[in-house]
Amino acid sequence: MEAARFEVKPYPEMWESLDMDVPRFDKARQMLGEVYGKMFMSQPNRPEKMAYFDDMISEIFGRRIQEMIDVKKEGRPIVGTFCVYIPEEVVVAAGGVCVGLCGGSPGSIPDAEKILPRNICPMVKSAFGFKVGKICPYFQVVDFVYGETTCDAKKKTWEILDRLVPTHVMEIPQMKNARDKTLWFEEVKDFKTKVEEVCQKTISTDDLAAAIKVINNKRRALQRLTKVRASSPAPISGKDALLIEQIAFYDEPVRFAEKVNELCDELEERARNGEGVIDSSAPRVMVSGTPMALPNWKVHNLIEAAGAVVVNEESCIGTRYFKDLIDENKSTMDEQLDALTDRYMKIDCSCFTPNYERIDQILKEYKDSNAQGILHYSLQFCHTYNIEEIKVREACEKEGIPYLSIESDYSPEDVGQLQTRIEAFLEQIRG
Amino acid sequence: MQVGIDLGSRTIKVAVVEDGRMIDYRIAESGFDPHGQALEMIKQYKPSKIVATGYGRHLAQKHFAHDVITEIKAHAIGARYHFPECTTVVDIGGQDSKVISLGANGSVVNFQMNDKCAAGTGRFLEIMATSLGFALDEFGPAALESDQEVAINSMRTVFAESEVVSMKNRGIPPKDVANAVHLSVVNRLTAMLNRVGFGESIVFSGGVARNPCIVKMLQERLDCVKVESPSAPDIVGALGAALYADRC
Repeated sequence: MEAARFEVKPYPEMWESLDMDVPRFDKARQMLGEVYGKMFMSQPNRPEKMAYFDDMISEIFGRRIQEMIDVKKEGRPIVGTFCVYIPEEVVVAAGGVCVGLCGGSPGSIPDAEKILPRNICPMVKSAFGFKVGKICPYFQVVDFVYGETTCDAKKKTWEILDRLVPTHVMEIPQMKNARDKTLWFEEVKDFKTKVEEVCQKTISTDDLAAAIKVINNKRRALQRLTKVRASSPAPISGKDALLIEQIAFYDEPVRFAEKVNELCDELEERARNGEGVIDSSAPRVMVSGTPMALPNWKVHNLIEAAGAVVVNEESCIGTRYFKDLIDENKSTMDEQLDALTDRYMKIDCSCFTPNYERIDQILKEYKDSNAQGILHYSLQFCHTYNIEEIKVREACEKEGIPYLSIESDYSPEDVGQLQTRIEAFLEQIRG
Repeated sequence: MQVGIDLGSRTIKVAVVEDGRMIDYRIAESGFDPHGQALEMIKQYKPSKIVATGYGRHLAQKHFAHDVITEIKAHAIGARYHFPECTTVVDIGGQDSKVISLGANGSVVNFQMNDKCAAGTGRFLEIMATSLGFALDEFGPAALESDQEVAINSMRTVFAESEVVSMKNRGIPPKDVANAVHLSVVNRLTAMLNRVGFGESIVFSGGVARNPCIVKMLQERLDCVKVESPSAPDIVGALGAALYADRC
């Protein structure tokens, strides 16, 4: 596929059946195809196995939606999410589908701003706007949305979102003491009951054991991808790797893991042969911070357009999603849920305090990925990441790691300034 | 002979270097056709190399420049030409304000830039001057005449502008409002300086360094450090680019 010919395929009849704003959505579809064609298809030396992921974008508003509609027809649950805190193993155990909903585009923000205050997180506004404007097919197909209390903007938006689509809220603890784990364990059990109600099925220990394996395997495949990115020259661009991490949130998990592993075979072969997408002299940047929901490729695009390569994402759409696995050797339901709870309590989201483990994790990933500098990215108005940035900066100064912090939203208006900052940061790395 | 060209948001600056010394420079409005303007400005020189910086650096590289560096690096190099020991550079241009911290060898170790809002930039001062009926070069001297301290709270350009309008309508004299506008820029700048940290002397570059009120207020605010400016502060970036061309 050439850049000019890349197309996200239209499915107007299906969209009509989902009660969407079809003419408007069709324009968004065309724009996504154009942007994707320009940003992705023209990259040099792309791995061949990226073809599957290109196809996943081409079919993002069609085939994958149809698969979910089919699942739903069988009475299996479809749960929409915005957070890595969702125990997706429980949904998969019920035969259902967990899908990360749209929230990475400026196009839906005006819809949200008809209702929500303007000075809140762009991801929350974007997501809410997709539902208000009826311009996200995934939103239209879900049985319910899983909400969490990771930040104030989300927590309060769920109350309003619940008027448009059923929203089940789980309380995320803010500290990591024994009583916090107990709270989360109870929340996980409530969530399981909710899922069982929707699909009118009781989840068995076998169901859950199988689901834990499926999701562990998906996470293992992504860990493998992260590992091979540490080689120099980089065998895959940061944009492509980020894309895969984004697709992880909506693809069917067994197929996805298989395709990521196929890609890793190719990348490991490249690494053995010393081949890459860019010369080994290109600066290697690790990105750390807030999630970049599809199609938010802004920062990666700027970094790579300036001649560097992104080698790691310490982010929810990144390593935070897949660095930890669940113990697969538990036999009773309570033990399984306890092991699951343990795994989820390891997530080092900035909503926790004091969250020192995230700083350690950042430094570990910096070393493991053979990066040469850290770019901290925070969405505008994301107070927890923005403030935690102070500790990240201090740690980088202490370790002598070249560091740049940027705060941005989805709008293109600051691209010129960001470009200057990023290029100056790369000048610092190059020395 | 090497040429450095700084294609900024408001003006284009050219500096010409021979054997590591600046031998000429020029400044002109960017206008509607920065590419054409830039070509016009450099046509009389026969440089072995041209390095571009500023917002239009990539446009210049596409058409005539051999290499590009960012404004951050350019100002670091240019400031060291005038003040070889300096470790902190403050630059206020048309669209950006920056604080750059240099290592002992002159390399950039840290920097801060204003966010996407124009607040704290030359453009902000220009808008405020117009709103108060001053020509830009009268604005700083007028503010210096004020002996009344009034404060502007907002740093967002549009809000600050409405605050200025309401001050005018309360009958506050323009020179006092002008003083408040200058103070707000200096407050913003000091906050950035405190974030980055600074040494015993600060080099102030960019067109706003020609504003006597900003210089005086900055010096007063940072009374234990020396604030210095080269005689032509606008061309520090272009000079840095030319010197970079000379070295590489």
